[in-house]
Amino acid sequence: MKTSYDMLVIGGGPAGAMAAKCAAEKGHSVLLVEKRPAIGVPVRCAEGVGKELLHQFLKPDDSWVASEIDQAQIVAPDGFVMNLKPEHAGSEVGYVLDRKVFDRELVWQAANAGADIMVKTRAVCPLTSDGRITGATIEHNGLKTDISAGIVVAADGVESKFARWCGVNTTVPLREMETCAQYLMTDIDIDPHTTVFYTGNSISPAGYVWIFPKGERTANVGIGIAGDKSRSGSRAKDYLDRFVSMNLPKGKAIELIAGGVSICRPLEKTVFDGMIIAGDAARVSDPLTGGGIYNALYTGSLAAEVGTTALSNGDVSAKALSVYDTTWRSSPMGIALERNYQIKEIFVKLTDDDLNAIIHSVSDMNMSEFNTLNLIRNIVTANPRLAMKLGKAGLKQLFDSIS
Amino acid sequence: MITVRRDICAYCGCCISVCPQGALELIDAYLFVDTEECTDCGICVRVCPLGALEVTP
Repeated sequence: MKTSYDMLVIGGGPAGAMAAKCAAEKGHSVLLVEKRPAIGVPVRCAEGVGKELLHQFLKPDDSWVASEIDQAQIVAPDGFVMNLKPEHAGSEVGYVLDRKVFDRELVWQAANAGADIMVKTRAVCPLTSDGRITGATIEHNGLKTDISAGIVVAADGVESKFARWCGVNTTVPLREMETCAQYLMTDIDIDPHTTVFYTGNSISPAGYVWIFPKGERTANVGIGIAGDKSRSGSRAKDYLDRFVSMNLPKGKAIELIAGGVSICRPLEKTVFDGMIIAGDAARVSDPLTGGGIYNALYTGSLAAEVGTTALSNGDVSAKALSVYDTTWRSSPMGIALERNYQIKEIFVKLTDDDLNAIIHSVSDMNMSEFNTLNLIRNIVTANPRLAMKLGKAGLKQLFDSIS
Repeated sequence: MITVRRDICAYCGCCISVCPQGALELIDAYLFVDTEECTDCGICVRVCPLGALEVTP
């Protein structure tokens, strides 16, 4: 067994697979380890991704695109439905994927590019030398092996442990962990090309219910609520069961999916001597939407680009890798994360009356002028009470974040 | 101590990153609790989407 690689990637999700693929394509030796026995399962995802964002990395393929989405609907707590057509819905227009197939495809591509893959293999602890991360001890089939690596990419997901073992504080505050449950439901009456988002504090406190179609009569029906709203008897699954019994009583659940999505700010630092942190492990899932597929693909590929350059230059210090950190923070993704964090901080405090007022007023907007700034202006003008609630500081924060 | 109801747990990992002690780890298809590190604070019990965790005396 080979025990020395240029790059060791921990985690076989989209971030890890993309990092492994891109580094292997540049001729570097790569080992990707995945703790689960199979890539892509169990799914822990609503599986939605923006079309244009995905196209930056992959040509869509029928084998893993479950459904094409051409509009979104937002349902206010009072039942009012707002339609977001393609020209306004932005990145909400996209695909619902079949992650079981999609994740396998990505890892297959990494393997095809030359990366070694080990499943049911977990990183147990980092190897270090003079404070630099130089690899990891991995465990497979009861056997521990030390793998030395020029650089380690920690892409071990929302349940990330590796960075923590390296001394990074990765703890997510309870209120910033969305606790999620989802059914893959079939035999339901839906528009197969429309995603629907239900808001309201009695439906999904500090979160939303989603219906993401995966076929003619099949969809991911899920919910995320803020961790601090979760209690015995009113957990994500309890809210979901209530929603389903009221709205989709005849539907059949053919899969139960659980999971967590961090809605905190990204880690303060995502590079260390010998290590880059990518994807959910870096806390780059979107704080407002919870979306993380594109962000994982992007940070994974960037980790490979910066990591391989550092390897070629013979310098994998945090300083040499810092271009990874600065690049993603100033990228459209990084800017969107900060903006959406600010919006999320306001969203989680809204009452049902606020939500009703906002969704009604946005729906009355002249859609030819639809952009985020106009959206916020419109909301504030139409809802002076909300503007007062946010206060000067809140409004300034919001305007600063979008301008 | 934290007890994992294995019949309920979907080993999704939602609880792991909220643990201030880093006492939880997802090992393949089961949740491992490091009883040395765990302080019984119950944050993981709160966040579990399914209700699979309990603080037991």
